[in-house]
Amino acid sequence: MSKITPEITPEIVAEHGLTPKEYDLVLSIMGREPNMTELGIFSVMWSEHCSYKSSKRWLKTLPTTADWVICGPGENAGVIDIGDGQAAIFKMESHNHPSFIEPYQGAATGVGGILRDVFTMGARPIANMNALRFGHPDDPHTRHLVSGVVAGIGGYGNCIGVPTVGGETNFDPSYNGNILVNAMTVGIADQDKIFYSAAAGIGNAVVYVGSKTGRDGIHGATMASAEFDNDSQDKRPTVQVGDPFTEKLLLEACLELMATDMIVAIQDMGAAGLTSSSVEMSSKGGVGIELDIDAIPVREDAMTAYEIMLSESQERMLMVIRPDSEDAARAIFEKWELDFAVIGRVTDTNRLVLTEGGSVVADIPVPPLVENAPEYDRPWIPTPPAGEPSPIEFDMTLVEILKKLMASPDLASRRWIWEQYDHMVMGDTVQRPGGDAAVVRVHGSAKGLAITTDCTPRYCVADPVQGGRQAVAEAWRNLTAVGATPLAITDNMNFGNPERPLIMGQFVGCIEGMAEACLALDFPVVSGNVSLYNETNGSGILPTPAIGGVGIITDAAKSMTIGFKNDGDTIILIGETAGHTGASLLRREIGGKTDGAPPNVDLGAERRNGDFVRGQITQGAVTACHDVSDGGLLVAVAEMALAGDMGAELSTPNTVEWLFGEDQGRYVVTVTDPDALVAAARNAGVNTMVIGKSGGKILTVNGGNSISVMELRGAHESWLPDFMAGK
Amino acid sequence: MSAAVIVFPGSNCDRDIQVALAASLGSAPEMVWHGEATLPDVDLIVVPGGFSYGDYLRSGAMAAHSPVMREVVRRANDGVPVLGICNGFQILTETGLLPGVLMRNAGLRFVCRDIHLRVEDNATIFTRGYNKHQVIRIPIAHNEGNYFTDPETLARLEGDGRVAFRYCDPSGAISDAANPNGSLANIAGVLNAAGNVLGMMPHPERLAEAALGGTDGRAMFDGLAEALAKAGAS
Repeated sequence: MSKITPEITPEIVAEHGLTPKEYDLVLSIMGREPNMTELGIFSVMWSEHCSYKSSKRWLKTLPTTADWVICGPGENAGVIDIGDGQAAIFKMESHNHPSFIEPYQGAATGVGGILRDVFTMGARPIANMNALRFGHPDDPHTRHLVSGVVAGIGGYGNCIGVPTVGGETNFDPSYNGNILVNAMTVGIADQDKIFYSAAAGIGNAVVYVGSKTGRDGIHGATMASAEFDNDSQDKRPTVQVGDPFTEKLLLEACLELMATDMIVAIQDMGAAGLTSSSVEMSSKGGVGIELDIDAIPVREDAMTAYEIMLSESQERMLMVIRPDSEDAARAIFEKWELDFAVIGRVTDTNRLVLTEGGSVVADIPVPPLVENAPEYDRPWIPTPPAGEPSPIEFDMTLVEILKKLMASPDLASRRWIWEQYDHMVMGDTVQRPGGDAAVVRVHGSAKGLAITTDCTPRYCVADPVQGGRQAVAEAWRNLTAVGATPLAITDNMNFGNPERPLIMGQFVGCIEGMAEACLALDFPVVSGNVSLYNETNGSGILPTPAIGGVGIITDAAKSMTIGFKNDGDTIILIGETAGHTGASLLRREIGGKTDGAPPNVDLGAERRNGDFVRGQITQGAVTACHDVSDGGLLVAVAEMALAGDMGAELSTPNTVEWLFGEDQGRYVVTVTDPDALVAAARNAGVNTMVIGKSGGKILTVNGGNSISVMELRGAHESWLPDFMAGK
Repeated sequence: MSAAVIVFPGSNCDRDIQVALAASLGSAPEMVWHGEATLPDVDLIVVPGGFSYGDYLRSGAMAAHSPVMREVVRRANDGVPVLGICNGFQILTETGLLPGVLMRNAGLRFVCRDIHLRVEDNATIFTRGYNKHQVIRIPIAHNEGNYFTDPETLARLEGDGRVAFRYCDPSGAISDAANPNGSLANIAGVLNAAGNVLGMMPHPERLAEAALGGTDGRAMFDGLAEALAKAGAS
């Protein structure tokens, strides 16, 4: 330890986000005082972001297995079997804190990071999705944040040439100081060409490829593990800068190398950069790694080992390659004009050893660094049950309510957003944004993957268990509505400060509900990410367990869409309607309040109704299908009218509760042969109700109330563009 | 009959055009890497969409000076048909094969959506699969598609019938409302004087198959295949 290093004071320890107890653990693992570089490594590895120290014990309770799961949580992304020797590899990850500080780069690098998580496993990315949450539209920052985040997601995805096929966006005051940017990537690989991160082969070269290392993003993982205050803008230098062109080169170079048998292990450098990648690779492989700091490509002068190890510069990968493959591997990266540097070797010491100028500057035993990482059973209290919902008072006609809801921030058209994303590049987008789920064909085949992201945070805050259940069920329902068989999910758990028992209780509750739904629907979790401390000045976000769901459809060209198709088709509502308005959009947008419990999710009915609908779609009995969610039945019908540019005449029980209640497990379908579908439903024990016919250009509800599709479209399409234009 | 697709490191519509060409030509085009100084002997060269070298400078500006583009310019001047789509159009203007520039969209945002085009002239090898003034629907996906040129050049383009496509509404009317990016005179595609080089911002290769939501792009490639087969036979 020849390098001069400042004395480690309690202040320095605190600045690194370690508690005195955690530091004592560092001392006992090291058997001496760590130097700054070593302290930095412990700090990021033990940050909430990298160690999952508050969430781990609960995440373990989620179902993660099924016959079709090839690799569950723990690797860079989850892997599922999609037949024909192929696998879908996917994950969703948050970039919340950086996106609030610097929306364009924060969101862009969020996309870059999740893409790397997927292609580091050998998959070619085929689709991106995102789940975004912004503050109230009236908050002065909201417009700037929406603009920057959307441009950043587009800027990165459009350039690298992976279609961004959909997502979801909500607005709520609880996100004023902490927006959520959750990015998801789905890729395809051959099952015999999946790459993992466990280093192996004593003496094998450790190779660094991609961009050079700079001083950007140092301590990003630590920032992501703390609350914000008014000085958070000072953290801008911790936000990384993305270069999608370099990522494109890295993607192509990696896939070219992966087509050979030269790679032993590969790991992208994401949060905590070289530190987490080298520690993960050695830990998973049960080996040591020795790195030469002087050999690491840098783009700035006089970078210290501390800075190099903690940098979160983007577009970098760490690999272990087979002996004697160095020249051939180097040639591929030189073709793509990327750095390729042998920076170390695999050792048998189980230690991470860094050398600089020939002397050792850090030497940490890897097993205790990983296995003895702090793990907390944080105290938690359940969310108190919501009371009976109060009556909603209003003085509007049904159609006026519908029009207002369709133009409300959470329901208005997202066209302004998705038109900024290239959602068609790669030539396999069968269902574009705007439907229940995107459908992307597996290149060169007829089959397709259906992809959706879902969560209803207002349900989660009112009742975390129901909210967790509903988020998973809605993802399952959306995949079902396009005719796909749901396979698995990735989860992105966004919560406030887990050191507050009520917040921790929200986390525990959502996990409990999600686990129930995953089990009941055979819909396991295969990857995920946790983002805690989403708080500013002590005020937390709504609990937001965003779910990314993936399903498969045998013939993508036959996937079902939401738009009305034919004059005279019969509209049928599937599922039970009680008229539940607790925690509904009707209550919030029309009644101006948010009280009441969310709707109950009956997982048995969910499964029964969904399996029935999917069967009918597969048999070709259905001409359009849409799930019923935010805003209830009438909103679902209006969305089908807009998508098909065709009206409908409805005849239903005539109450706002019935028309706008958010009872779960429901779908609206149109058919040409209603008797056949109703009879089949009866046999399957599924509740149906014929509610009208599609046709014309006007939506008429129970005789009296009507609105033209054109007027509805004006209301639905104009809110977001007008808001963004400052109108 | 054979075709080549130029591949820059940041090209990302190269596979899409490869698939569309293969369907119409009956054989897959050759993919030619940007660093190549020579081109195979082909009947058609396509410069595809994407972000050639990242396009952090002006779109297509660096690509225009790549080794392979020198050869593309030489072939074009020899009369070989060259089609530039999106970034390919930007690159062709940067090489001087086509007049004008593609500026930042008037709305200052990337736009990806289906638009309608009016086929201004069907007497070209690229548009012979359409009727004159036929309205077709294919998508755009770009941030810099705002076509501009000086008044003399515009007058020459119009006078010589070198505007291949214009943005229009579904009925074929040319209007500001139907112009997605602010292009001068709603120009979506232009030809060189000899008629063997076409640059266009919209992507015909993206709607050339029913499963993807439309087939209006297919006629361009079928028409090209027919024209090139005839040329080869004569």
